[in-house]
Amino acid sequence: MSGQIPLLVVSRLGVTFLTLLIVSFVVFGATLLLPGDVVEILLGQAATPEAVAGLREAMHLDSPALVRYGQWLFGLLQGDLGVSYANNMPVADMVAGRLANTLRLAAATTIIAVPIALLLGITTAMYRGSLYDRVITTIVVSIVSVPEFLIATLAVLVFAVWLRWLPALSFTTDLSSFGQLLKAFAMPVITLSFVIAAQMIRMTRAAMIDALNMSYVEMAILKGASKTRVVLRHALPNSIGPIANAIALSLSYLLGGVIIVETIFNYPGVAKLMVDSVATRDLPLIQSCAMIFCVGFLTLTTVADIIAIVSNPRLRT
Amino acid sequence: MTKPLVDISNLTVGAETDSGRRVKIIKGVSFTVDPGEIVALIGESGSGKTTIALTLMGYARPGCSITGGKVCVGERDVVSMSEKDRQKLRGTDVAYVPQSAAAAFDPSQRLIDQVIEVSDIHKLMPRSEARAKAVDLFRALALPDPEHIGDGYPHQVSGGQLQRLSAAMALIGGPQVVIFDEPTTALDVTTQIEVLRAFKSVMRKGGMAGVYVSHDLAVVAQIADRIIVLKDGVIQEQGTTEEILHNAQHPYTRELLSAFQPAVFASLDSTAKKDDRKKGPVLEVSNIYAGYGSTGRDGLPSALVLKDVSCKLERGQNLGVIGESGSGKSTLARVMAGLLPHARGWVSFDGRELAPQANARSKEELRRMQIVFQLADTALNPSRSIADIVGRPLTFYHGLKGANRENRVIELLDMVRLPKGLLHRLPRELSGGQKQRVNLARALAANPDVILCDEITSALDTVVAAAVMDLLKDLQKELNLSYVFISHDLSTVRSICDQVMVMQSGEMVELLSNSQLPDGARHPYSKLLFASVPQLDTGWLDGLPEDIAGMGSPTENAHDARLRANS
Repeated sequence: MSGQIPLLVVSRLGVTFLTLLIVSFVVFGATLLLPGDVVEILLGQAATPEAVAGLREAMHLDSPALVRYGQWLFGLLQGDLGVSYANNMPVADMVAGRLANTLRLAAATTIIAVPIALLLGITTAMYRGSLYDRVITTIVVSIVSVPEFLIATLAVLVFAVWLRWLPALSFTTDLSSFGQLLKAFAMPVITLSFVIAAQMIRMTRAAMIDALNMSYVEMAILKGASKTRVVLRHALPNSIGPIANAIALSLSYLLGGVIIVETIFNYPGVAKLMVDSVATRDLPLIQSCAMIFCVGFLTLTTVADIIAIVSNPRLRT
Repeated sequence: MTKPLVDISNLTVGAETDSGRRVKIIKGVSFTVDPGEIVALIGESGSGKTTIALTLMGYARPGCSITGGKVCVGERDVVSMSEKDRQKLRGTDVAYVPQSAAAAFDPSQRLIDQVIEVSDIHKLMPRSEARAKAVDLFRALALPDPEHIGDGYPHQVSGGQLQRLSAAMALIGGPQVVIFDEPTTALDVTTQIEVLRAFKSVMRKGGMAGVYVSHDLAVVAQIADRIIVLKDGVIQEQGTTEEILHNAQHPYTRELLSAFQPAVFASLDSTAKKDDRKKGPVLEVSNIYAGYGSTGRDGLPSALVLKDVSCKLERGQNLGVIGESGSGKSTLARVMAGLLPHARGWVSFDGRELAPQANARSKEELRRMQIVFQLADTALNPSRSIADIVGRPLTFYHGLKGANRENRVIELLDMVRLPKGLLHRLPRELSGGQKQRVNLARALAANPDVILCDEITSALDTVVAAAVMDLLKDLQKELNLSYVFISHDLSTVRSICDQVMVMQSGEMVELLSNSQLPDGARHPYSKLLFASVPQLDTGWLDGLPEDIAGMGSPTENAHDARLRANS
């Protein structure tokens, strides 16, 4: 059975690439369905039929969709994201800086939210039914049910307007000192942490409770193990799979789903870039952003699944 | 007189129900265990036997709590102890052997680490010493390859081995008292013998005291010095093993004993049905090959379970199918019912061949053969009322609706001896025995000729199971049914079946008529299987030949390998 893990991992990776291919097709198809015509928007007042036809030919928009899909996919595979329709810049250049910003925000949020979520998820499961558990669970449920724009707005109201501790907008070109960086990131990170931690706490708690209900946990208690030992040695190792998946799902949100937070704090990330590009019917840019989100999502879920595979002793040796 | 090692007096344990009501589940229990003595707690599910045993470690399952009394182990009372002190006691003074070792081992850790964890927690000895001690215990418990078996993970060893490993896990801390919580219930009979033997010899050598929790009097008779009979959290009777077996005073103990002795088989194949015989068997399967997984080039599934199985069910008779877990008994029932299409061979009903898949069979064909599953809990839709569950086949097969349907449901409930007051209850509001009766009533609703009973009494307590068996016999008389009765338990099969097919590894080993049971068996495996059934006799285990496991072939290991492949 020793060959099982590599085989499973490879086949899981295969599934990821297949999914990615299907996603690319869907993304391309979906952008074709967008209403409005990029050529007419670009030409604006000057959109005479001849000019429209000429530009369309120049932009290769007259070739069949499948051919354009093939060309686009081929370009993607070589790392060529295409050229923006709106301002003729390579999409890769436009995305690069924004992606770095998004990843920075995501990383900061991850570093704060994941340990807190794990700690709260595990401890509430350990003391389930206690006052502590009930208080945390109630707070978490309320946060899950509050839309994030409300949290963001409240954060602005409290920290920027009343307390005047933090700037209301995150976008400052001058991020030289660590203090400034901290200030600029504080509110988006707090808001995002609230949103994703709540989900993770709930999922971690559920996974831990499942594990704590198992007979081997009772057995460990009957061996005289302390509560901490029971949790760390027996319950946690067996719930790594589901916890990793819960974390991956929450984190994937940090890539594509942060548009509201980016907008409210005027943070220059990829999500905002994508929304802006929809306004200009900038198809290569929309497609690239969509593909980035999908790649991010698939990477996270794939990693989580691989962790689950590797942590399963039934597949070891 | 020696001072007792364990002294439980006036113990009460309370539990909180789902609705928040507090109920007493142990109502003032007192008994003692002397050093080196093994005391058995016997009773049905819900009698509180495990709950009492666990109080020896100061432990109550979630939702329960010790509400009164004393539980003294040695000099100290665990009830009044702090949780910290109880943790010190667990694993060192009192140790626990769980009911299902398969569930009690952490799947993510190596066996040896779990076996010596007690020493690790309580800092009893250095790791290397603990390891050496564990290996000695493995050897004493007759585990194969004692040096290396601990390096594996729980899924890599068989159920019987896991159960012995769990005993090693309990003994590593050198306890004064060991609690055995139905440690052989989940095992096949042939494996049970080896495990019981290993337990008995280790306990004897170590001079340890034990509390042995079980529902099976015959198993307890082999190992216990004294038996305590429990019902509803109250001690009914206690005495030495011989006294309980041969001179039981309490009616409940007698009921337990009589449930153990199955009613004598009386063939229903009376003269009245002799002419039916001429029409040939009602159900016949011939040269069946079936299994799971993808179909290979030879047309057979990759995990082949049934190999060339043939059998016949005569009208008005019962066919027993007996074998251990993994022998293919249930698969055979699924093939008959069309739930698992066979790859080769044929199934015929009343002389006509049936399609392999249930959905290709006619409604009439489906109606005439019904199946009853082992676990009523999973077979009954938890959100449907009993009236709905039993009424559905009435509508489906007979087009009954409204008041007609309800009247018929009441009739059917009456047939399985259930009051009509249950009509609008949900399955979870019924007891295990009642649920199994509903399960049966649903099959009867179709008006079948044949009922496939797949281990229908295995999950029930002995007394309840005996009542269900009686019901099956009565129904057969009234309705002219034929049963295919699948079970791992020889005594139940013997009490109802005219013919018994012994299965091993998906093949038919032997076909025996009722009168040949159990001594007429020729095949070594049937002999082993029948000889492994515990007898209500304290000397049974010790009287068995030493090499009993060697009697059957293939060996336990081949059997275990298959079990693992299935899980």
